[in-house]
Amino acid sequence: MPKSYSIFSILRHALRPSEPWPEAWAKPAPKSNYDVIIIGGGGHGLATAYYLAKNHGITNVAVLEKSYIGSGNVGRNTTIIRSNYMLGANTAFFEKSLQLWEGLSHDLDFNCMVSHRGQIVVAVSPGQMDSFARRGNLMRLNGIDAELLDRKELEKELPYLDYSKHARFPIWGGIHQRRAGTVRHDAVAWGYARAASALGVHIIEDCEVTGMVMDGNKVTGVETNRGRILAGKVGIAVAGHSSHVARMAGLRLPVESHILQAFVTEPVKPMVHHVVSWGAELFYLSQSDKGGMVFGGHIDGFNTYTQRGQFFKIRDVMECAVSLMPFMSRLRLLRHWGGIMDMTPDGSPFICKTPVDGLYLNGGWCYQGFKATPASGLTFAHTIANDAPHDLNAAFALDRLMKGRELDEHGIGNWTYKQ
Amino acid sequence: MRIPCPHCGERDVNEFRYGGDATKQRPAHGDKDFQTWNAYVFEFDNPKGPHEEFWQHTLGCRQWFRLKRNTATNQILGGGQ
Ligand SMILES: Cc1cc2nc3c(=O)[nH]c(=O)nc-3n(C[C@H](O)[C@H](O)[C@H](O)COP(=O)(O)OP(=O)(O)OC[C@H]3O[C@@H](n4cnc5c(N)ncnc54)[C@H](O)[C@@H]3O)c2cc1C
Ligand SMILES: [Zn+2]
Repeated sequence: MPKSYSIFSILRHALRPSEPWPEAWAKPAPKSNYDVIIIGGGGHGLATAYYLAKNHGITNVAVLEKSYIGSGNVGRNTTIIRSNYMLGANTAFFEKSLQLWEGLSHDLDFNCMVSHRGQIVVAVSPGQMDSFARRGNLMRLNGIDAELLDRKELEKELPYLDYSKHARFPIWGGIHQRRAGTVRHDAVAWGYARAASALGVHIIEDCEVTGMVMDGNKVTGVETNRGRILAGKVGIAVAGHSSHVARMAGLRLPVESHILQAFVTEPVKPMVHHVVSWGAELFYLSQSDKGGMVFGGHIDGFNTYTQRGQFFKIRDVMECAVSLMPFMSRLRLLRHWGGIMDMTPDGSPFICKTPVDGLYLNGGWCYQGFKATPASGLTFAHTIANDAPHDLNAAFALDRLMKGRELDEHGIGNWTYKQ
Repeated sequence: MRIPCPHCGERDVNEFRYGGDATKQRPAHGDKDFQTWNAYVFEFDNPKGPHEEFWQHTLGCRQWFRLKRNTATNQILGGGQ
């Protein structure tokens, strides 16, 4: 493994005869026993392993990934990071995550291309401007940056929207978080994998967990397609497969698995300089460094584990794109894909202990898991190491729904995503 | 995906609204156990495989019906009834 990446290592490599770069992380065979096993080698699983090793000195750790690193949602999302939440627990958690993104490339010695291009949500009614003012004030009271933009100010930032009186959803202004932005998602997976591996964590690809080894109400290991592997503690971080894996330990979760699609157009010259979201419908778009417009909308709306999206949702999202940004009608769609997400009743995640001893859960990320990756890894590692949650994830417990402490960010009740 | 409506026949999925797991049993009205209600209201089997579920033909005859579908493939296993 290369010790560190720098301008000098690039120059040295350029001058050497053509040989490939060394592997970024080691590929060991699984041992028969670990202190901690993390199931799922996505962003959250890898970050958890990294912080277990770095912050808690627990290095006898394996991350078991059924496919290859980056094959899950960590490599499928629309890469948006932000911290414009309103409920206390969410605000503190997602702001911590944004702060961790700010130093992540240095921490991991891997360029994650963190881009603070800012996010603007466009308001389509005077009532929505009021609610954005309220959101912005709550953010600022928590020390988070937020600016309300009137129509004129918005027009300077986003001149390409349809500001006409006849727009289907006339534009009134927007809310701007300048520290929000995008991060190159593959680099996050690779960077955490490389940094964890350098601290001694085993990253084991093509290793699917097919069952749990139990001793009464305690998990003592996992069954995999590469044999039985024992562990003192087991953490689940499998995104859309949370229910599927938790069931192996006899647990039933407040989760349904749904598909979310994402889209990218042909590349064009730089034009959209922010992440732009819309108040009229769930729609979010940014322009990639290659020039393509990367965007998405709602989930398809019925539970499924197929990563194939439905055509009607493609049409819905295109309609959103064209009504907010008329120029989009002239771009050709290049690719689209889907990822399976675990949707929860209140739209908020779980980072917690479970009723089974030695088994920990990180899941229920809905639309918002990518921006959460660093804080999720940090707090899940803390929860596993101490057998107790960190202050930042104490509210993300499994029994919060039963206790009436749901974190319903949109304030519209049970199963917010179905409404 | 195309869904067989028991009244109108096979139509595109976008004419329908999904109604969730059809195997849940509502607890008895006077049941006071929180766990029981928690399991009914919030928890789901959410299987990767055969699933029995409700759909409504919202843009057609508006009938509610049950359907069996494989959530791993979206293959329809049993017609609407
Ligand atoms: C289209 C799309 C757009 C999104 N856009 C955004 C966005 O803009 N901003 C944002 O914050 N979030 C976004 N998200 C959500 C975000 O991507 C996810 O919440 C987050 O990536 C999930 O965590 P992860 O990275 O660990 O998941 P994953 O990368 O999916 O990791 C889970 C891993 O577990 C593995 N696994 C599953 N079962 C097993 C098993 N039995 N044994 C071993 N391994 C197993 C899988 O192969 C997978 O690699 C988006 C999601 C999608 C699908
Ligand atoms: Zn019908």
